[in-house]
Amino acid sequence: MKELICITCPKGCHLKVDEQTFAVTGNACPRGAAYGANELRNPVRVVTSTVVVTGSEIRRLPVKTDRPIPKGKMFAVMEEIARVRVTGPVRVGDVLIANVAGTEGNVVATKNLP
Amino acid sequence: MFDYELIVIGAGPAGLAAALAAHEKGVRRILILERDNQAGGILNQCIHNGFGLHFFKEELTGPEYAGRFVAMLAGTTIEVRTDTMVLELEQNRTVHTVSPLRGYERITAGAVVLAMGCRERTRGAISIPGARCSGIFTAGAAQRFMNIEGYMVGKRVVILGSGDIGLIMARRMTLEGAKVLACVELMPYSGGLNRNIVQCLHDFDIPLYLSHTVTDVVGKDRLERVVVSKVDENRRPIPGTEMVFDCDTLLLSVGLLPENELSRQAGVQIDPRTNGPVVWENCETSIPGVFACGNVLHVHDLVDYVTAESQRAGRAAADFIQGRLPQGQEIRLENGSGVGYTVPQHFHRDTDKLEIFFRVRAIYHNAAIRVMDGDTQLARFRREHMAPGEMENITLPKVLLDRAQHDTLRVEIEEAAQ
Repeated sequence: MKELICITCPKGCHLKVDEQTFAVTGNACPRGAAYGANELRNPVRVVTSTVVVTGSEIRRLPVKTDRPIPKGKMFAVMEEIARVRVTGPVRVGDVLIANVAGTEGNVVATKNLP
Repeated sequence: MFDYELIVIGAGPAGLAAALAAHEKGVRRILILERDNQAGGILNQCIHNGFGLHFFKEELTGPEYAGRFVAMLAGTTIEVRTDTMVLELEQNRTVHTVSPLRGYERITAGAVVLAMGCRERTRGAISIPGARCSGIFTAGAAQRFMNIEGYMVGKRVVILGSGDIGLIMARRMTLEGAKVLACVELMPYSGGLNRNIVQCLHDFDIPLYLSHTVTDVVGKDRLERVVVSKVDENRRPIPGTEMVFDCDTLLLSVGLLPENELSRQAGVQIDPRTNGPVVWENCETSIPGVFACGNVLHVHDLVDYVTAESQRAGRAAADFIQGRLPQGQEIRLENGSGVGYTVPQHFHRDTDKLEIFFRVRAIYHNAAIRVMDGDTQLARFRREHMAPGEMENITLPKVLLDRAQHDTLRVEIEEAAQ
């Protein structure tokens, strides 16, 4: 049994999830069951960070993955982000790394850079 | 004739939303004053996601949320002056400013919206004992160093306080290669949102020590280690429970305080419970024509709620400028058992509906919020879960308000029967 705190709503139910059957107990609603099962099968997260800006007084540009990526790939994504250098202009949503770390997600800008 | 119809102090999410709401109601000569070099306020350094779920119905990062409001300024007559510090606000709504471009100026306004936000409590504010070495930062200062300036602030980190900024920084520093050894919380519960405990601590196996605090700080030039002790129910350290963490960085996430230096100086009445102005239901302070919204009024958990409140303040400022004043006698709101404060603190009887925001003093399960008119229960709202870290709100419709017999209503928590 894996114990989790549900993050679907502020109530924060303490879930117990069976590692074989993905059956969830301790949830007060169906959304908790779905979260608990998914969290064990394939936990995903959006990664946010910054990239280095060159040739500007602005030093860093904030970025994110444009979809949740597998939790286990977070550090691989960070390594690719650390290698990026950008110069303006960049618009919100511009792709800076496509298919980052083989996740099919892209790293996109979250702020305009003049 | 005033220089501007409306002056908004602060171009963070509160100031931007207030200015845009006033503009929508027909106010045209609007000036926003911002001391940073860009609009957006604290959202610029909050690069993580989770903003906008209520307002935009999607999950945005802080810069994206701010960017949407900055984009809405295009095509309006709202003027934003950055690098501009407000030195003083007078009761007659004259604002004194200084900036590198324009020097010292006095600007008059028909109405003023206070949207200065809040500041972090510091080491001095909570009296942490020990050496005065470098390596001790408030979590927000570290966030700015990392996300805006591009400096990594340390490699081995202890975080004191489990407020959301501390939790967010635990994840941020871990992803950037630091080792976060522990998050230490004085209270028996976390002050942060549950989702942040999971995504920022559990995801990276960072231990959370509840009912613990930092009891010593050791280091000559740079921080070398901190001592953490368990505390008893009166929050006093228990001798013999000391743990030593070798670390070069201590981040403090120990609470936020509304930044009301200007308000106090102007004579705005401050509520000692919120550390923000006492306001009416339309966010008007004790000085007519001066409104307050966002974290300067009371500290919020979600920017979406800041936006909603600031739109109310902006619309009310427009009403004031256009001569539509609230009607009806004053009814005060009092906090009863379990309630730490209410915003607003008082309201006009003839208001359309009344939204009340407040925080509870403890964690409650299956409890209820009651609004009492003397001994009569005016309204009752059931809640499965309430915690001090999560702002509550209730709405009283006009039909209920019309029934009030007294000039004070009391908001209180009814605990579940054991």
